[in-house]
Amino acid sequence: MADQLNMMASLVNKGAMTRREFNARAAALGASAAIAASALSTAARAAEPVKGGILRAGVAGGESTNSLDPALAASDVPYMVNRTWGETLVDVDAAGAVEMRIAEEVSSNADATEWKFKIRSGVEYHGGGTVTAEDVVATLKRHTDENAQSGALGIVQGIAEMMAEGDMVTLKLASGNADLPFLMADYHLIIQPGGGVDNPAAGNGTGAYKIVSNEPGVRTVFERHANYWDSSRGHADGVEILSINDNTARTAAIQSGQVHLINRVDPKIVELLKGASDVAIERAAGPGHYVFIMHCDKAPFDNNDLRMALKLAVNRQEMVDKILGGYGSRGNDFPINAAYPMFDDTIAQREYDAAAAAEFYKKSGHDGSPILLQVAPGAFPGAVDAANLFAASANAAGIPLQVKLEPDDGYWSNVWNVAPFCASYWGGRPVQDQMYTTAYLSSADWNDTKFKDAHFDELLIAARGELDVAKRKGMYSEMANILRDTGGLICPMFNDWVEGRRAEVGGWVADPQGTLMNGTALSKCWLNA
Amino acid sequence: MHPILKLVVQRIALGLILLLAVSLVIFLGTEALPGDTAQAILGQSATPEALANLREKLGLTLPAHVRYINWLWAALHGDLGVALTNGVDIAQAIGQRLGNTLFLAGCAAAISVPLAIGLGLVAARYQGRWPDKVISGVTLTTISLPEFVAAYFVIYLLTQVFPLFQPVAMVFPGMGFWEKLQAVALPVIVLVMVVLAHMMRMTRAAILNVMQSAYIETAELKGLSPMQVIWRHALPNAIAPIVSVVILNLAYLVVGVVVVEVVFGYNALGQYLVDHVTKRDLPVVQAVGLIFAGVYIGLNILADVISIIANPRLRHPK
Repeated sequence: MADQLNMMASLVNKGAMTRREFNARAAALGASAAIAASALSTAARAAEPVKGGILRAGVAGGESTNSLDPALAASDVPYMVNRTWGETLVDVDAAGAVEMRIAEEVSSNADATEWKFKIRSGVEYHGGGTVTAEDVVATLKRHTDENAQSGALGIVQGIAEMMAEGDMVTLKLASGNADLPFLMADYHLIIQPGGGVDNPAAGNGTGAYKIVSNEPGVRTVFERHANYWDSSRGHADGVEILSINDNTARTAAIQSGQVHLINRVDPKIVELLKGASDVAIERAAGPGHYVFIMHCDKAPFDNNDLRMALKLAVNRQEMVDKILGGYGSRGNDFPINAAYPMFDDTIAQREYDAAAAAEFYKKSGHDGSPILLQVAPGAFPGAVDAANLFAASANAAGIPLQVKLEPDDGYWSNVWNVAPFCASYWGGRPVQDQMYTTAYLSSADWNDTKFKDAHFDELLIAARGELDVAKRKGMYSEMANILRDTGGLICPMFNDWVEGRRAEVGGWVADPQGTLMNGTALSKCWLNA
Repeated sequence: MHPILKLVVQRIALGLILLLAVSLVIFLGTEALPGDTAQAILGQSATPEALANLREKLGLTLPAHVRYINWLWAALHGDLGVALTNGVDIAQAIGQRLGNTLFLAGCAAAISVPLAIGLGLVAARYQGRWPDKVISGVTLTTISLPEFVAAYFVIYLLTQVFPLFQPVAMVFPGMGFWEKLQAVALPVIVLVMVVLAHMMRMTRAAILNVMQSAYIETAELKGLSPMQVIWRHALPNAIAPIVSVVILNLAYLVVGVVVVEVVFGYNALGQYLVDHVTKRDLPVVQAVGLIFAGVYIGLNILADVISIIANPRLRHPK
């Protein structure tokens, strides 16, 4: 059995077998989960990275309007490009723990109001010179400037004071935040020389690869950064990111070997791709979720009985099966799942219950006029189908839910955050505090459900400075319950990352933090000859 | 002044006026779209302060007519400005993309125009017999397929079943000519499929029309072979309608192939335009729109001029 296990484990490392298959076959052989896992990790250690070659990724989500300015990154291609040439103070690793990158040590005072980051010495920029504490402070300061239009503005706003002293960066916060290191892993906060103030889109960073040429929305070519500090990354001689938005072309490109990795494999064609022996389907359960959002302050959604009726009228399992093709998990009407630290998995799963939904609907006293759900195809992949499924299951419970189709163009400015009931999506955040602060705090700009609850806000602020993990977990659990039972969020499903990898690509690790191994796939993977 | 020269000058002047009108229409069109550049850039992350800051920075607070005149004035001086979204110089970005557009259109035209006219001649020669029916049947089938279906079909056939080509057809500076040809093979095949039928049918119809004339009968009575009759006597007199359809298709190959560009990830003007329309990047939309309009108007002038020159009655006025 051991021989067979080792043989299979090496297959997994070569990419000829998925981890799921390995686990299933190991179980069939009678191996315990622990033995199977150890065989796998032994083989993984034995699989030495292979140096050389050109590793190519075909990535959806790029436009010719993209910039190399990390503050402006919002879609998958710039995210991937920036993560390849640049690095943040810290990362969040696949297990959800803080991983040191440009900072080599991090510590805080007792109430988490003052944080110290020790900067690693000798980390070189592609354009020459090494990272200093001043660069780090200048970078963070640039993101606090409204004119920089940074996607991380909300994160750095909470920092009251920044200081550089020797190789130490000190950040003083207005109020305690135990999650600050996680926030510093935000992909916008790439450390640039002089903070990138002079030329934010220079693409000069400390990453494993440096940019050779960049054509926005088409292709970015990189070569290995010769003086990169971390020998566990940067195996290929060069890497390329091709922006391929068309699903069919992207899939054909990996099948024909034009690229080695692709993101966003359409769940509908996963089964077809599995037939191809040289392409493996990789999945990771992430924090991203698809939602229907009700404004808690607008009729008829200002009535919690009506909100409950709608929440109970969703057939979540059906959506996971039909919209995600099984590549996801059911949501529970709060935006947190097992991908987050301190997730409470004891909260009961909400199920489709037509009778209870009908009862709540009756109790709400709604006048029976149609309830409009506004949706566009681009709200999330499969959004229109999901809305129609929702309408069908709600109608079966006697709720007059109607789907109103909107155009993709202008959806995020005219419908989302404007219409009282519409479809949307969230990519998730590394920690619970950040997710709740972004979208569920009463005063949040992106409070797209107009949910206002004083007790919820208090808990959120208190949990931020709470360093006792058990207490903090209890607070998050209470908040989840408040949102689940009174919020305006209907969260039917969490979507997995579903990605394609050619068999010759080694070093792949399932990473729930983001697409393509949290954007590090090109830096960490290698090409087996 | 020679009457032909006069006609040409008139046509060009009219074209310029048309171009100006087009620039205004494009401007009004982009103004009518819901949301503005600031909202489109910030998308889900639009907060009132961020919106106000960005609008100020982009000069969106100025009234529409002022923005239009400012832009037109700069454009006349060859300055197309920078893209609002990522600050890239528009003239530079368009230059490379326009080259790619013309390369793709040129390759497709080099194959499709001779092929369509040749097939049209053969179809006319064998009117109603099997070569005519096969040619018409096949070309009408390919034109009836929506472009993206044809594209997916070609991808499936030529990258999966017979792995001869790469599905993603990007070209880059520094690629050799042969390499570029290989890269664009698939989109060229699709475009040829799409434009063939129109030009072929028009050639066939125009030739058959001329074949009714008395002088064709004379040529036949002289004992010329049917192909000689068509080549020497019918084709020169059918040139005008054929040229106008060919030019129409060339214009389509330059300005209308965005769907094919998107499917194959080809980095040309259409894709560039669509990306910037989505972001409400007005300077880019205006610039690309103007180029497209210029190509269309220019090619139409060319078609008119060729028709005039091909017509002996206009060439030698009494």
